[in-house]
Amino acid sequence: MTRIPEFRAAKWNEPVVMEMGRSGARGQLFAAPEEEIISAVGTDLIPESMARKDRADLPEITEFEAQRHYLHLSQMTLGMMGVSLFGTCTMKYNSKTAEYATLRPQLAEVHPYQHEDTLQGVLEIIHDFDGILQSLSGMDQFIFQAGGGADAAYTMAAVARAYWQDRGMLDQRTEMVTSVQAHPCNPATAAAAGFKVVNLPLEENGYPSLAALKAAVSEKTALIMINNPDDMGIYNPEIKEWVRVAKEAGALCFYDHANFNGVMGKLSARELGFDACMFMLHKTFGAPKAGGGPAVGAYGCTDKLAPYLPCPVAVKERDRYVLDEDRPKSAGKVREFWGNVPQVVKAYAWSRAMGADGIQLASDISVVANNYMDKKLAQIPGLTISNPSITTHRMEMTRWSLGELTEETGVSTADFANRMADYGIDPYWMSHEPWIVAEPFTPEAGELWSKEDIDTWIGVIAQIAEEARTNPELVKTAPHNQAIAQVKGDAFEDPQKWAMTWRAYQRKILGEDKAKQNAKDVA
Amino acid sequence: MTDNTPAHPWMANSAPGAIQAMLDEIGAESVATVFEQIPQDHYRTEPLQLPPTLSSEMELKRDLLQKLNKNADCEANLSFLGAGVWQHHVPAIVDEIVGRTEFATNVWGSYQSDHGRNQAWFEFSSQLGALLNLDVVQLPVYSWGCAIGHAVRMAQRITGRSKVIVSQLSDPERLSVLRTYCQPTAMDSHIEVVEVAVDPTTGRIDLNDLQSKLADDVAAVYFENPAYLGTIEAEAAEIARLTRAAGAETIVGIDPVSLGVMTAPGDYGADIVTGPVQPLGVHMQCGGGVGGFIASRDEEKYVLEYNGFLVSIVETQEPGQLGFGLACPHQNSYGSREHGKDWTGNSTYLWAIAGAVYMSLLGPEGFRELGTLIVSRARYAAKCIADVPGVKIVWPDTTFKEFVVNFDGTGKTVAEINQLLRGRGIFGGKDISDENNALGQSALYCVTEIHTAADIRTLANTLKEVLS
Repeated sequence: MTRIPEFRAAKWNEPVVMEMGRSGARGQLFAAPEEEIISAVGTDLIPESMARKDRADLPEITEFEAQRHYLHLSQMTLGMMGVSLFGTCTMKYNSKTAEYATLRPQLAEVHPYQHEDTLQGVLEIIHDFDGILQSLSGMDQFIFQAGGGADAAYTMAAVARAYWQDRGMLDQRTEMVTSVQAHPCNPATAAAAGFKVVNLPLEENGYPSLAALKAAVSEKTALIMINNPDDMGIYNPEIKEWVRVAKEAGALCFYDHANFNGVMGKLSARELGFDACMFMLHKTFGAPKAGGGPAVGAYGCTDKLAPYLPCPVAVKERDRYVLDEDRPKSAGKVREFWGNVPQVVKAYAWSRAMGADGIQLASDISVVANNYMDKKLAQIPGLTISNPSITTHRMEMTRWSLGELTEETGVSTADFANRMADYGIDPYWMSHEPWIVAEPFTPEAGELWSKEDIDTWIGVIAQIAEEARTNPELVKTAPHNQAIAQVKGDAFEDPQKWAMTWRAYQRKILGEDKAKQNAKDVA
Repeated sequence: MTDNTPAHPWMANSAPGAIQAMLDEIGAESVATVFEQIPQDHYRTEPLQLPPTLSSEMELKRDLLQKLNKNADCEANLSFLGAGVWQHHVPAIVDEIVGRTEFATNVWGSYQSDHGRNQAWFEFSSQLGALLNLDVVQLPVYSWGCAIGHAVRMAQRITGRSKVIVSQLSDPERLSVLRTYCQPTAMDSHIEVVEVAVDPTTGRIDLNDLQSKLADDVAAVYFENPAYLGTIEAEAAEIARLTRAAGAETIVGIDPVSLGVMTAPGDYGADIVTGPVQPLGVHMQCGGGVGGFIASRDEEKYVLEYNGFLVSIVETQEPGQLGFGLACPHQNSYGSREHGKDWTGNSTYLWAIAGAVYMSLLGPEGFRELGTLIVSRARYAAKCIADVPGVKIVWPDTTFKEFVVNFDGTGKTVAEINQLLRGRGIFGGKDISDENNALGQSALYCVTEIHTAADIRTLANTLKEVLS
């Protein structure tokens, strides 16, 4: 019997913190400067022209009130504490042991400019983890400066610029070639780095044709950026030929390994011919996502590109770990310091706890479980798989469409997602732009969730599909058991209504309401 | 895997029989069948070579601690390092809240399912806006340097001009990031970075030199207040006025913990403001605590150029109820791919929550006390260090929490001095001797609320000892 949770979210009607408290209340005290300090330097030390005259309009609350308020907000956040088959993000267990280790002062209270002698432990971890990623990818060197997968894509674009500049060909190699279904960060970062983006359309079999690639690459191509498998769960079997064709045209080849989970331990980016790749440590390697970072896009490349890496690079010299800043051909930094080090430590911990066998097994389970999920989803009327002509088993995630159900009932994929939360199930990921199928959703079963979890998830999907037919309004007006009702979208694009701070809200909305209220009172 | 390998604690379906049960349902013969899309000659031939598995939590913990314990930290030692990451007090409540599993592990959800997180995000922007006296604050990007990069590119799009003026004494770390964002000269959309002179007597931007460089091709002037080397730009309003008169945007970088005692940048003419979020309740984490904010006035000219997440307070379907969601979502790269404003992705949003909790704990009086304490102790430290023979403070009376200490008169290099200090449990200031600043053997010292008068005397006495 499939368990369908009966869920009610905490509903605290919590005020915005700016409305809370009372004049003079305190949550944190600081000592006054010591007598010896005042007598030595005096007071009023800020130049008159820069001395703040107004009092910052912040809330005044007690320490307990701050704690309670933010605990209430955490309780009104589902996080992944339901069942989250959130595709493209590979939901994993985030080890608390690793988390607690990084909170110790030996990492939390460490400064990146400390002398290397005082940083040997953290450098050892970074170096060892670099070795783990080298083995998984075949690349020669990894760096962790990039603050996420998109930033690693940007790192690739910056490295490509430096590579072509070094050859005096940056004004000729001006284009980046990718697929329309590649993650938006690939075309976006290449464009922000100054490259012209060439998007290849998809063919019947789900990926761009080799002929299209051949027509697109030329002496103008600086690099190609491609993921494989894609978010439909389709693996491009011609990828080796792609790399060969691109390299023949002189282009660099970057493997966006965002969808690594299904192929961990099975494929090597190097053996497929790629010059560089990136892994998302907050995704595939068990570091937490934290609602969008701190994250790490681990960027790895072959020796051909290593001279162009942003500095510093952690390397081992005999028995000592050092930070190499002396790379005259470096592309320059993409971010300050060496990266989100605690996340690197957590990813290292994940890799050590999984081991080679565990990593292989996780990839097996994630693809088996995803196919189990597909099989069950296919039994729900109104749901169709993307690229239905492809009958082979999908990889670790699959793009589905609610298009038929929407046509029948008027219930959209966004309505569906809103309703899921009523059952304590995390809303699914729909799709990156552009939407290749109507009313998409993209589940990914992963190795974390049990078969029973997946059954529960499927059971909720089936139940909502049934509701869409019997009581569409119930779904369209969802959620009903959450902290708040459906938000209205009208303000998001309206300069008169959007308010990104309480100040703006007071000025634009409350000010207006107050004026109306006053007019009414006078009348 | 052998049959007697125990199930892995992080994988439910590693329990015996689970994979087979799913294969049976799928109707697949074996695990290999579900991988049928991958051609055989794509499989790796090189075997995985990973270190031994640490198969229990105890072993994992031992390995992590055994390695991390080789570090020396700023709690056990007395550190005066700053320059982009600073040691400030982190209230315990902040650690509790950012460690909440719902906040640590959520990915996106819906506006309703993850309402609490969205509210915390809005409260970060609202409280920072109150410190800055500005109406729009975006959720933080990867770092302060990245925030500056995005802000300068915003100015390029707004003005259609491609030159940015920065201080000749900029932080090399942030400047390197900015140069990356400004692209190499071979690119059509390259932004030229022009340096403006600093008055060597005050450490402040030379207004005459600024004026001479403010031509009609300048997109923006970027300055920091306090500056990289700690000095306060007393004439910030005049810099903003000159910049505006030239039709360029004024971009300011500020330290948020200075805003209890320093004028809000929204009050002296800043158009776009950037700064670090790490001082607002985030541990240094070996540089892994950085994040950068971008803020501006609430004008479409600016709002429509932001690259990331703008969280707006909005109504819900229930009268009188408020919720939160993303304003202008179509302009970011998720919505518009290469046609979006720069790019966005995973960032440092957990630190927005840390910042929200931190600012709510401090309140207006906390920020005033904090700013007063920092500037008092930093000035005292400068005064005590100045008493050490051969040592002088380059700009003694114009700084906030960081200041330059020159050691030319000691006959020793900063590297030598810092090594001697390290042997005595002190991490001296950042060595800036090779930063092309004409400041000789100098170090950038950072003093914050965590340094007591006694700590400062310890530093001064130890310097006397090692230099004698």
